[in-house]
Amino acid sequence: MTVLNETALREGAFATLRRGLAITPEFRRGIALTIVLALVATAGRVVTPVAVQQTIDHGLPLAGSPDLAYIRSAVLICAAAIVVTALCAYLMNVRLYRSTETSLASLRVKAFRHVHDLSMLTQSGQRKGGLVSRVTGDVDQISQFMQWGGLMFLISAGEIVVVTALMAVYSWQLTLVVWIAFVPLALALRHFQRLISRAYMTVRERMGDLLAAVSESVIGAPVIKAYAAERRTAERVDRAVERGRVAQKRAQGLVALTFPTSEIVAAMATAAVVAGGVLLGVGGDISAGELVAFLFLVTLFVSPMQQATEILNEAQNAIAGWRRVLGVLDTDPDVADPGPKGHTLPRGPVGVAFEDVAFAYPSGPRVLEGVTVEIPPQARIAVVGETGSGKTTFAKLLTRLMDPVEGAVRVDGVPLHRVRFASLRERIVIVPQDGFLFDTTLGENIRYGRPGASDAEIVAALGELGLGDWLEGLPRGLETPVGQRGESLSAGERQLVALARAYLADPDLLVLDEATSAVDPATEVRIQRALDGVTRGRTSVAIAHRLSTAEAADEILVFDKGRIVQRGHHSALVGTPGVYADLHTSWRNASTGRGGPQSGKSGPN
Amino acid sequence: MTERVSPQVLREGLRVLGVAIRTEPLTFGLSVAASALYGGMTVASAWVLGRVVERVILPAFASGEPGRGALAAGAAAIVAVAVLKALGVAGRRFWAGLMQYNLQARYRREVTRQYLRLPLAWHQKHPTGQLLSNASSDVEAAWAPIAPLPMAVGVVFMLFFAAVSILAIDLPLAVVGFLLFPMIALLNLAYQRVLSPKVARAQQLRAEVSEVAHESFEGGLVVKTLGREAAETERFQAAAERLRDANITVGRVRGLFDPVLESLPRFGVLAVLLFGSVRLDAGAINAGDLVQVCYLFTLLSWPVRSLGWVLAELPRSVVGWNRVRAVLDARGAMPYGEESLDSPRAAALEAKELTFGYGDATVLKGAGLSVAPGRTVALVGATGSGKSTLASLLVRLVDPEEGVVRLDGVDVRELAPGEVARAAALVPQDTFLFDDTVRGNIALEGDLPDADIWAALRLAQADGFVAGLPDGLDTRLGERGATLSGGQRQRLALARALARGPRLLVLDDATSSVDPQVEARILGGLRDTEASVVVVAYRKATIALADEVVHLVRGRVADRGAHAELLARSPAYRNLVNAYENAEAEHAEEALQADGIDADGIDEDVKA
Repeated sequence: MTVLNETALREGAFATLRRGLAITPEFRRGIALTIVLALVATAGRVVTPVAVQQTIDHGLPLAGSPDLAYIRSAVLICAAAIVVTALCAYLMNVRLYRSTETSLASLRVKAFRHVHDLSMLTQSGQRKGGLVSRVTGDVDQISQFMQWGGLMFLISAGEIVVVTALMAVYSWQLTLVVWIAFVPLALALRHFQRLISRAYMTVRERMGDLLAAVSESVIGAPVIKAYAAERRTAERVDRAVERGRVAQKRAQGLVALTFPTSEIVAAMATAAVVAGGVLLGVGGDISAGELVAFLFLVTLFVSPMQQATEILNEAQNAIAGWRRVLGVLDTDPDVADPGPKGHTLPRGPVGVAFEDVAFAYPSGPRVLEGVTVEIPPQARIAVVGETGSGKTTFAKLLTRLMDPVEGAVRVDGVPLHRVRFASLRERIVIVPQDGFLFDTTLGENIRYGRPGASDAEIVAALGELGLGDWLEGLPRGLETPVGQRGESLSAGERQLVALARAYLADPDLLVLDEATSAVDPATEVRIQRALDGVTRGRTSVAIAHRLSTAEAADEILVFDKGRIVQRGHHSALVGTPGVYADLHTSWRNASTGRGGPQSGKSGPN
Repeated sequence: MTERVSPQVLREGLRVLGVAIRTEPLTFGLSVAASALYGGMTVASAWVLGRVVERVILPAFASGEPGRGALAAGAAAIVAVAVLKALGVAGRRFWAGLMQYNLQARYRREVTRQYLRLPLAWHQKHPTGQLLSNASSDVEAAWAPIAPLPMAVGVVFMLFFAAVSILAIDLPLAVVGFLLFPMIALLNLAYQRVLSPKVARAQQLRAEVSEVAHESFEGGLVVKTLGREAAETERFQAAAERLRDANITVGRVRGLFDPVLESLPRFGVLAVLLFGSVRLDAGAINAGDLVQVCYLFTLLSWPVRSLGWVLAELPRSVVGWNRVRAVLDARGAMPYGEESLDSPRAAALEAKELTFGYGDATVLKGAGLSVAPGRTVALVGATGSGKSTLASLLVRLVDPEEGVVRLDGVDVRELAPGEVARAAALVPQDTFLFDDTVRGNIALEGDLPDADIWAALRLAQADGFVAGLPDGLDTRLGERGATLSGGQRQRLALARALARGPRLLVLDDATSSVDPQVEARILGGLRDTEASVVVVAYRKATIALADEVVHLVRGRVADRGAHAELLARSPAYRNLVNAYENAEAEHAEEALQADGIDADGIDEDVKA
């Protein structure tokens, strides 16, 4: 499987939310009390209108002097209510922040681990930036919704309920008037929100394009400068910047139109309430204070309406975030660790057997077919063949970075998929062609192969690989910072580090996938000789770019078009007409300069 | 943590805002005008409501007569004020947003222009990630306070109008207001002071979480093959938990201040009711005035906080702006002369006494070489001996600290911009392809006819696979040409160089991922081109192509001459280029000795 399981994309919003909440138990714990606190805090918002109403109706009779004592006690009670609701708001906030942050931190970690558990094919089928955002930005969107949007939704809903209830106590007729004004607005806002969220989606896409354009001007700097392609790059960036700006402007225009409509609707509702209230009041159905309180209560409708579009946007983003995180968690690692039930192989020389193995990438043709071979313990095997002949696929199956589609790979007689990863990764280590380095020191990168190894052990390992001179040539030795992805080192040096890292891990089977392709010949030969020494007693499989590696091997496996077409020792193969002899001749000509292109060009001078 | 609203940050922050206003005077003016309209109408809406209570509602309740004319006028006034206020809000939001986006766009363009202008030496000193965030998140941070700025300016108007309207009603009531609003403002200042360093820390930790994830996923294969998933998860978990704790701290501060700030105006309304009723009793105000002031307080409590929003963004803005400025102010754009090269023939190249280093490590120590027109020179040396650095100096990607490079006798520093690129083409070791079509990647800025492109592809032995691509030359290659193999990418990069018919071709181990047979064909084809060639090589066939070999050892030229001469007189050179043959010879010898002993045994093992 090279794609993530995106069934979450097709399920309903509530189903996503339910599953999302199910995997964050820390959030659900105690949420009921938090909601109760939120509702009590909401009640604080109607204290002001009630105080105004009480003052006007009871403290300020239409004729005669105010009842100051009544007003004083009413104000005191209201003040107390405000203090209580503020306290509830504080407690609610603290609880909410703690529960959401705790649950989302563990969700992040869960998703992170799952990404590493996914098979190499699934991982490489994804853009790295996309995977990163699933444990960063997507989780942030969920947290923003839980802490602001979701909370606001609760508070707004609570506010509308409480305000409506209070209004209904004062006058059901006027309540109806207010609702008739706001319900169409709410429906219209839903429509606007869709437009706005689509507009912001466009903004996000454009910003992604913009970043890609900018990153070309940074990462491609050497090529841009070597070919004086500045104008072309600048034009591309300008285009992306302008497209981004236009999208932002459009989205902003929509928001600017939508946001104040609730002000106008509220004003119309207020005007209607004034008119209706006066008519009702003349009939004696409502008091003056109640009518004035109504005017204050109408303003409480405005902010939920204004925030509704933002809340809906956030809700949508959060659902999308959940879906992307669930997309990771829903994806089964198709090359799975059998876990504690699996086999643990004892340390010692390891033997491998391929039995009629075939492999094909998903919806691709077979790249390996009918491969049957036995690699005895302690054998030193070289794998050769042209680009695309299946060498690297063979190495990936051997180290269980992928599983075959047919046939079986056995290690010491045990099917590879039944061996625990902990045991497998300890015994079999591959050095890939492009050894990734972490942004730390040289020493730490080598130590990555065996955590806890001392500096002395690392120096010794480099020495055993014949790399002591190289280390001594580095001004800061093991403390040399390697830079992001190891960029401060040359391609060849990065390979040396990757090799040392794998060697320090002390595996029983070492697989080298063109691990020294960027290293100069003298160093390569020196490493080769050192490897011959240190791999004695272990099994080794080397995919050879340069055939000098093959000459020293116990056996050579020659791949052609996904099959092993020849095998045997160099001395036997080189004299037999066939793929190996051809490869060897061509390599020899290239590396020794014999029989290659005619030397020298006739210069005009 | 320096990200605190200190007087200095405030001063710098205001300067950044000044830059914004000077850059975008029109949008700023429009947004502030709209915001002032909004501020005025907010105060007016309270005044209208007070008058409606005083002249419509209370008389109607007292007299039992609805007074239809006054009622209609009152309702119309309420709606009219609201429409004007809504226009103010819409204008403020739109132009404030536009101002912010215009600034972002302008500075993104300027920063990228600067990247294109600054020499490679400058790029090499700055990590890729930093340069990317300079153009994206730092520009964004620099202009973050622009969105709430017009609102804040409008609020100043609003407070002024409010003060005038309350003063017109009653002085003692105005005092309550003058106590309350400064208190909200001060509390808000305190809030932002406490909050902003905590937010800055959370922001930094968020970036760290992202960095750990990015590095860990990029190194996914290493993590997997060395079985380090659990250790990596621990590393990530530690970062995620630091972020969690920082966010909870932010939440605690918000959780405390928000309810207090929300409650203050409510207490204000209660105070107005308390004092107002006394003033009412004294006959100083009427009930409509009282309602007006209460209403004003409920309306003002939210906008007043926008002053704090601007303030909250200032520290981030200052940091972002300083980072952007550092790029824009960076000196050392490559100086160019005005000379041009007009020869149509192969170029003559001379490099003398070149010294160059990265940081404290000197890579080249007086190296040099010369290539007569049409000749081929091979650069040979061990890993890390400075070959790639020398190659990049030859085409003036960087300038040497000492020494000189001359093309056709002219110092490359005297040449006009674009002249070196017109004469010379470098194919670097690490291939870079643009997210563009095959044609776009090869033609770049030029408008090459298809025939020339195909000719270059043929020469680079890339015509076969390009013809097999779904849309041929118009196939899009995707991010960094991810769909192609390493050898295919190298061949496209080679075609890109050849398509411009360079008079000097510099190949930096440019065929390392290409099969030897294909490489031989490429090199064979190169002999027929009209170009001088410098080639960094390990393979003897490539070296044999050269008229002269320059042997680099630790940044110095150890020897130069024909391949055969060097082989004859230099043991180090012999050792380097003959490594494989020597190894082969040794193996053959070993095999001979071992044949009788155990070769048969191995054969049996393998065949079993």
